[in-house]
Amino acid sequence: MSKWLGPRSATGILLIAVALIALPFVAALGGQAWVRIVNFAILYIFLALGLNIVVGFAGLLDLGYIAFYAVGAYAYALLASPHFGLHWPFWAILPIGALIACFFGVLLGSPTLKLRGDYLAIVTLGFGEIVRIFLNNLNAPINVTNGPQGITLIDPVAIGEFRFSGTSQILGISLSGPQKYYFLLVALAIFVIIINLRLQHSRIGRAWQAIREDEIAAKAVGINTRNIKLLAFAMGASFGGIAGGIFSAMQGFVSPESFSLIESIMILAMVVLGGMGHIPGVILGAVLLTILPEVLRYGVGPLQVAVFGKMLIDPESLRMLIFGLALVLVMRFKPAGLWPSPERKRELQGDA
Amino acid sequence: MAEVLLEACAVAKHFGGVKALRDVSLTIRKGEIYGLIGPNGAGKTTFFNCMTGLYVPDGGGFTFAGATLRADEPHRAAESGIARTFQNIRLFANMTALENVMVGRHVRTSAGVIGAMLQNAATRAEEMAIRQRAIELLHYVRIEDRADDLAMNLSYGDQRRLEIARALATEPTLLCLDEPAAGMNATETAELRELIDGIRRDGTTVLLIEHDVKLVMGLCDRVAVLDYGALVIEDIPAVVQKDQRVIEAYLGA
Amino acid sequence: MDIFLQQIINGLVQGSIYALVALGYTMVYGIMGLINFAHGEVVMIGTLVTITVTSLLIKAGVPLAVAGLAGLGASVLACMAIGWGLERVAYRPLRNAPRLTPLITAIGMSIVLQNIAMIVWGRNYMTFPPLLPKVDYEFAGANFTAVQVMIVVVSGLTMSGLVLLVYRTKLGMAMRATAQNPQVANLMGVNSNRVISAAFVIGSALAALAGVMVGTYYEIAHYQMGFMLGLKAFTAAVLGGIGNLAGAMAGGILLGIIEALGAGYIGDLTGGFLGSHYQDIFAFVVLIVVLMFKPSGLFGEKTGERA
Repeated sequence: MSKWLGPRSATGILLIAVALIALPFVAALGGQAWVRIVNFAILYIFLALGLNIVVGFAGLLDLGYIAFYAVGAYAYALLASPHFGLHWPFWAILPIGALIACFFGVLLGSPTLKLRGDYLAIVTLGFGEIVRIFLNNLNAPINVTNGPQGITLIDPVAIGEFRFSGTSQILGISLSGPQKYYFLLVALAIFVIIINLRLQHSRIGRAWQAIREDEIAAKAVGINTRNIKLLAFAMGASFGGIAGGIFSAMQGFVSPESFSLIESIMILAMVVLGGMGHIPGVILGAVLLTILPEVLRYGVGPLQVAVFGKMLIDPESLRMLIFGLALVLVMRFKPAGLWPSPERKRELQGDA
Repeated sequence: MAEVLLEACAVAKHFGGVKALRDVSLTIRKGEIYGLIGPNGAGKTTFFNCMTGLYVPDGGGFTFAGATLRADEPHRAAESGIARTFQNIRLFANMTALENVMVGRHVRTSAGVIGAMLQNAATRAEEMAIRQRAIELLHYVRIEDRADDLAMNLSYGDQRRLEIARALATEPTLLCLDEPAAGMNATETAELRELIDGIRRDGTTVLLIEHDVKLVMGLCDRVAVLDYGALVIEDIPAVVQKDQRVIEAYLGA
Repeated sequence: MDIFLQQIINGLVQGSIYALVALGYTMVYGIMGLINFAHGEVVMIGTLVTITVTSLLIKAGVPLAVAGLAGLGASVLACMAIGWGLERVAYRPLRNAPRLTPLITAIGMSIVLQNIAMIVWGRNYMTFPPLLPKVDYEFAGANFTAVQVMIVVVSGLTMSGLVLLVYRTKLGMAMRATAQNPQVANLMGVNSNRVISAAFVIGSALAALAGVMVGTYYEIAHYQMGFMLGLKAFTAAVLGGIGNLAGAMAGGILLGIIEALGAGYIGDLTGGFLGSHYQDIFAFVVLIVVLMFKPSGLFGEKTGERA
């Protein structure tokens, strides 16, 4: 950690801090929608970092990660909305959501972590789908999740009397709801990143890497691989649960639609395309895959009209098509990701 | 007469129709260097794998330090005090030499995710101790100057030493080396012999699988010979070398 | 009890379709160890191509039977080309990469194919032209149609043909050898590239056929229909023992029957708590249970790991 404190790094950190503080105001110039997009990018950073523990550190392939996000989101929604008439405070529900997601992670992991890589992928995919199907249908005979309509009017985050929705005046500056959420998210993001770094360079982090490198050797030196893998799953799930809770509060509304397989694939893509196991790379992946599609959405439509006179291809399909192609191309030419850790790059691409 | 550390009783293992081990019984005494030799395919590594939990024996079992050795999970062998190296060197290729040895300390340390996230005093102290001990072990096997190199970039000889350092990090009572001298020249083999002698002097019992008969006969206190999965003889080197069955096993009947 | 026979028949029909698709998965996995995620999309394209070609020909006044066959032929060719292309362009360069890389590529190709289909054919559901006469039969209280009979018969014949190919021809032997041990097969003169291409092409042809059957059976098609079908067919392949042809066929039929019986009885079994829209879950539950307790499937061999 001492390498962070040299004079050059201090300047770098200062610049980043200034940029981070200015960002929500710059983004707002394009409309509050852009601030929301930035907020989602940060939320996806949480998710990608959570999945990074499972896929990047421990090397376990999870294609159903979105299920933990969904669990966290619905836990928050059920405990802080008119649906059941409960209105528990933010700081109480978030840990509960994390715990429930963690429980599901252990539940899923216990029987399945001994499976070979691609089988594990399919099983986790199945699990993700099962969760989505239940969320979609658990509205009869007892209405738990309100089915496809989802749960609305979820309480926003509030600290005491200060609510994060709506506009407020702080120190003479007017901050909109999304802008307030932005600062909350950045604070949480810093926290999450530090925790991830600490995990990576700890005894457990080394054990995860050892398992990823050579599971048999890891067992031979006394690592209880089953439990350590389960730990990765549980940690990843907890992060997902927390992100889900924040999502619920921010958006005010949840429905099963937000938790489909393509979301799991998207988060996996953020980890893999960004640079598996490498925290800066994963953050880059999350930002790119959240911002670029939005840029495409806002740009491609008008561009097509300008060039062709009409909308040839619906931006949504184009967006997904490009995403699919990006996956194929990156795997072909940069399988270690766009910003891999130096070791990983060597592992997957050979010496540059 | 030193006490018995490991006892194998009628251990049997087959793969489909192939009988890899047939009722092998032997004893390893505390403080000795015990050699296990035999022609290729005799079952030496299979025996190792059964002992360390990688395979489950089809018959018989092991007693270690007086207690029955559970056959199910390999990490329990390390917990109980049995460490091993691999015939084909299994290092954590993309981790540095130092990190490889630090992983070896895992089984004797306890910091978990909570400690990792909080970085409390106890966790930090343990982490420093792990690092310290790992550096000591790298010194012990004489590769301390390669501490920050990736394991896969080490020379073959250094990789073998690193694997031994990692195994020693688990504080074993019994260290099992699977063909550690394979591919080494005379100088390297002599250095290896010194190292193993030192390991025994410092209190660890050693079980050695080797093809280099000279090394084994010169270094080991007792030697067992396997052929076609069965124990041919278990005795001191002088006796084993002269045994007719052993000579035939190596030269073919 | 009166729906039992009905559900068995329904399950047999659906299962035959699963079996055809499962064969594609199992051949590729057996030879390459790759889960071809994009296979379900190939089925979908088979259905959609048939719809387009057949509808065009019918509009042009071509007799129904000819139009239908032409549509089938076109879709078989199109799918074979796509299958060949997938292997050659996306998967072959990654032959020696760690498992994760081709898996992600397969997912990527699946997304690409799905969205190309959406761009070409649009988002709306399409009607499959009725190619077969609507004849109903009845047996012991259960109803079935000419279409259902056709599906089971054609599937059966096709699968027999495949078995003949794999066990009685040189190509088939080459495929089996490559599945067992690619390096040795290569040394013995088997061109593994050709074998792998063949596996993809044959699997895709079967997928096209399955696509036509799905279209005929359900009478509608949609650019997203491939995903669920593909997933379930993969489950069937795993159930039977991945890499094993007989396993894929048996697994397909078995899964179809399990699903049908499950959907039929789930209301009774859970006291009305879960309805038949939970049907899709059966496949996933089967998958999880099989992988947990018998990962080698019903007919698969156990492969141990030598340290």
